[in-house]
Amino acid sequence: MEASNNELVIEIKNLSKNFKELKAVDNLNIKVFKGDVFGFLGPNGAGKSTTIRMLLTLIKPSSGSIKIFGKNLFKERLSILRNVGAIVEKPDFYGYLSAYKNLEILSRISGHDITKKRIMEVLELVGLAGRYKSKVKTFSHGMKQRLGLAQALLHDPDLIILDEPTTGLDPMGMKEIRDLIIHLSRNLKKTVFLSSHILYEVEQVANRMIIINKGTARVEGEVKELLNASHLTVTFEVTNVEKAKSVLSNTSWAKVMKDTANSKLEFTIDSNDVASLNRYLVENGIDVCSIIPTRSLEEYFLKITEEAS
Amino acid sequence: MITLVNIELYKIFKKWRTYIGFIAIGILVPIIHIAMVFEGKDTINFMTRNIQQSFVFVGNLLNTYLISYIVLTSLTVHIPFLITLVAGDLLAGEATAGTYRLMLTRPVTREKFVTAKFIAGVVYTNLLILWLALMSLVVGYFIFGVGELLIIRGDMVIIFEQKDVLWRFLLAYGFASLGMTVVASLAYLFSSLVENAIGPIVSTMAVIIVFVIISAINVDLLQSIRPYLFTNYISSWQLFFDDPIDMQEILKSAGVLVLHIVLFFGATLIIFKRKDILT
Repeated sequence: MEASNNELVIEIKNLSKNFKELKAVDNLNIKVFKGDVFGFLGPNGAGKSTTIRMLLTLIKPSSGSIKIFGKNLFKERLSILRNVGAIVEKPDFYGYLSAYKNLEILSRISGHDITKKRIMEVLELVGLAGRYKSKVKTFSHGMKQRLGLAQALLHDPDLIILDEPTTGLDPMGMKEIRDLIIHLSRNLKKTVFLSSHILYEVEQVANRMIIINKGTARVEGEVKELLNASHLTVTFEVTNVEKAKSVLSNTSWAKVMKDTANSKLEFTIDSNDVASLNRYLVENGIDVCSIIPTRSLEEYFLKITEEAS
Repeated sequence: MITLVNIELYKIFKKWRTYIGFIAIGILVPIIHIAMVFEGKDTINFMTRNIQQSFVFVGNLLNTYLISYIVLTSLTVHIPFLITLVAGDLLAGEATAGTYRLMLTRPVTREKFVTAKFIAGVVYTNLLILWLALMSLVVGYFIFGVGELLIIRGDMVIIFEQKDVLWRFLLAYGFASLGMTVVASLAYLFSSLVENAIGPIVSTMAVIIVFVIISAINVDLLQSIRPYLFTNYISSWQLFFDDPIDMQEILKSAGVLVLHIVLFFGATLIIFKRKDILT
């Protein structure tokens, strides 16, 4: 993804939200710049949806401030929301109305002059034009998710907030949504705030990201830098572990070798060194059956996800 | 605001539950009419049993006015249930469906959202009373025709001339609409507190039934509470069938009902404005 510029679209400062004793969001600071696809990553229950609800004024913060487009969200709510499109958690609609009618109702209160043609355009974009007359209660979860995306894009907003937009979609649908997000950012210059609990998804589309857990920020920065900076934990599966250990014992590899289990050896190394280590083992008569890399960021994210669940 | 009200009305009339009230009245009132075709004379004899020795009744006493009057007396308990079906669902229904998230992330203030829904609820309430009036008066007219209206209140017998009745009914239905709007406001208030429409419907009906029972029990302590119960004023439409009409009492009752509407709606506004949308 392209690098972002310096124009702030979202500025969250010291944001907290308490539900009685529970601190759902705790002193969160986020900056999203124009053109960013900002990945908002965290396990279930990390505080992502609460943060998004505060961004959309569905929930009032306990403390802290939110500025969108440089304006105070709670003072200039209407002018800000005119230019924001969002999906919040699971997509719910008026099931007794058609897809078209749902969008028509939303278009009438969007603060924009939205034509019937535009409604059909967004339905076409998300692949629901053929079902525009169908009542939403007949839609699958995936179709509702697509309709959710359609309503978020209906009024052509500059900022699009997507809360787990690929949930419930099949792999093809997930890819289509990812491609659409990239299209929105690259071609239409939209700013996208993308919440997800899947690192891979964020990695595919986002240029900047933050990982939150238990309401607080844990890791933040450029996606490329975060992923490249993180060393790999590489697991080598070999035919003879004892011989491999002996071969490596007098080398620098031994220093980065972690615990071993069964026929496996684990190393914390840079991604560029994987090939050299493999070659060294093979040249010294050790047969390598498999090499499984795991990035430390991935490991970290997996760890906090496991903790949360 | 007009756009929002139109949207809310559209949503109300696209739900099948909205038509339960209209269907119920559409079935109930004709059943009363049919029953009166067969049993009407006996009913009038029963009503006038204590005064038949002193008076001779001539003319068409079994007419649409008498039946409409009987139907209107069912207003206190039965019609409120039909109103709460819709009014109790107005906000709680959005919470259940998760559609607050759709509406409130648009550039619409919460005050306007709540007000538009309330207006739509009031429109529904008034349409239901209008339907009741049409079913009672118009259908009854074709079956029984018109005539004098005989009303027995305690020991008093009041007979209104045919030409002196219709305007009283129109005002009585107007007043009944005001009373039912209080019921709708209460259901709407409860609707803002919960995320399921069953709660507001049951709570509103519970309040009405408790208030009606308190009013009916003839104990000094409970009777002293009576002036503070809004249900006591809902039946004030009957004052239009007094002769002479006590306008001061009617205005007082109307004032109390309007005050309740303002209080219930005001509380809903304050609650909803502060509400965190978690559904």
